[in-house]
Amino acid sequence: MGVRGPPGRLPPRPPRPRRLHASFVAGVALTGLVAAMAGLGLVWTPYDHTAQAIVLRLQGPGGAHWLGTDQYGRDVLSMIMVGAGNSILVGAGAVGLGAVVGIPLGLVAAARAGRWPDLVVGRLVDVVFAFPAILSAVLISVLMGPGAATAILAIGTFNIAVFARVTRGAALGVYAREFVRAALALGRRRSDIAIRHVLPNASGVLIVQATIQFAVAILAEAALSYLGLGIQPPQPSWGKMLFDAQTLMFMAPLQAVFPGLAIAIAVMGLNLLGDGLRDLLDPRLGPRRTTA
Amino acid sequence: MARYLVRRLATVVLTLVGMSLVVFVVLEMLPGDPALMMLGTEATDDTLWALRHDLGLDQPAAIRYLHWVGGLLTGDLGISHTYDVPVASLVGDRLAVTVPLAGLAMALAIALAVPLGVAAAARRGRPADYAVMTFSQMGIAVPGFWLGILLILVFSVELDWFRAGGFPGWDDGPGPALGALVLPAVALALPEAAILARVARSAVLDTLGEDYVRTAWAKGLGRRAVLYRHVLRNALIPVTTIVGLQFAFLLAGAIVVESVFTLPGLGRLLFQAIGQRDLIVVKDLVVMLAAMVVAINFAVDALYHLADPRLRRAAWV
Repeated sequence: MGVRGPPGRLPPRPPRPRRLHASFVAGVALTGLVAAMAGLGLVWTPYDHTAQAIVLRLQGPGGAHWLGTDQYGRDVLSMIMVGAGNSILVGAGAVGLGAVVGIPLGLVAAARAGRWPDLVVGRLVDVVFAFPAILSAVLISVLMGPGAATAILAIGTFNIAVFARVTRGAALGVYAREFVRAALALGRRRSDIAIRHVLPNASGVLIVQATIQFAVAILAEAALSYLGLGIQPPQPSWGKMLFDAQTLMFMAPLQAVFPGLAIAIAVMGLNLLGDGLRDLLDPRLGPRRTTA
Repeated sequence: MARYLVRRLATVVLTLVGMSLVVFVVLEMLPGDPALMMLGTEATDDTLWALRHDLGLDQPAAIRYLHWVGGLLTGDLGISHTYDVPVASLVGDRLAVTVPLAGLAMALAIALAVPLGVAAAARRGRPADYAVMTFSQMGIAVPGFWLGILLILVFSVELDWFRAGGFPGWDDGPGPALGALVLPAVALALPEAAILARVARSAVLDTLGEDYVRTAWAKGLGRRAVLYRHVLRNALIPVTTIVGLQFAFLLAGAIVVESVFTLPGLGRLLFQAIGQRDLIVVKDLVVMLAAMVVAINFAVDALYHLADPRLRRAAWV
């Protein structure tokens, strides 16, 4: 039987038509554009991204090559499309690693707040935070050599600490709520409570954090590839394309523009998506909120 | 406050120990034979043995770790395998580039972000606010190293106002050296300013709602006096915290931007050391950079507690 209000209470308001959230819509559009480009790049590109044609080197944007060609005559648009897939691969890997390891650590720390598991997780997080992704990548590349796996591991390790800290904070708030205390009083297993009650109620914060970390991962992957520690040739990456473009700055300045724009669009899209999701998932925030 | 600081300091020490252990294990134990890694598979047994002896690899790992940490604490960072000079002197030369670069970038970021954040908050929901938030959104999305390349393209290649890279050193006076640091500092500062402007705006908006600000308005104080004398001073506390936290990212960004502008700083030394498999330099630099991050976070935390009496009281509870 449904719960009805006492007699005399005002009838419930008719639902207001949902207004589209500007940040969310812009974020979905930009992220969708990059994802579509990457998806299309998996099955089709205007040219083979590895095909070299020296006679066509360093051509400007035009009808045959929309974004021009690089120093080996490779089609820049095709390389950016395949590069989008590589960026998303590293971003997804790094966020996945961070979430899979970090969320359980954060849940354990929150469930045992103030006790030794919480303290151990806290100190581990402190140690990881001392190493920005670039430094982690330096360490890992000494062992494994440069490559996509190194980038995923380096950025993902940093993400583990981020997810552990954010999950702990969000979970502590949920543990203080009455339905969790009631479940504890009923003698439900802590792991059961964490999975069935705490995690679903903290999921909004974690989804938003995942989009933000995805954006951070794309920026970090580009920086690592620029430094030669990320994705290795012949696989194209936006960061490596910028590195190559810098050496050709006097001859073909536009080469330095398109890969950078691709990074900026991807990161801006994910950030806007995160902002929009945060506003939509947290009813306490109004749709006009634009603060950090 | 003192109790809080002691507890926080103990955490810092634990973090530093954990961090140094991670670096030591990753660079000295996991590779198997660091000497083989540094010299390559074509090295003779004699040279390998000599390097192992120089590195102390014939001693137990615990002794090596303690010896290394002891050296770090006393300023003895060992001898660079590639340059055959003390690592401390190499680091000293490079610090003269990285520290002014990071300092200049942070100063620029604060100088740009705080007025923008205050202006946006004071004009909430109006075009100026949207303009600042758009700048912020774009600034956060633009990678510093790409911005650096674009700055070189415009101000060095096209306009010829600044040098495209390199560093003349401080011997000829601060003018040429600072001139070489302007573009890299701007490349580092703009993304930081974008983040700080959002934080400053948010902090000012929060402070504008406080009772004492309403009292200031009620007393008839002017807009400028309220904003700068009452609001900004209090809003700067969270901004200072974020400045400290962002320093880690600024340091990481400096490593990349130094490569864009071929500046002989710590970042370039680190990447040259990786290329040359100079594990002694890599190990020292990674631990020093990470220790800088930890130390700055501690300093900011302590300042935060000093600046905000509410936290000081809370620390005693």
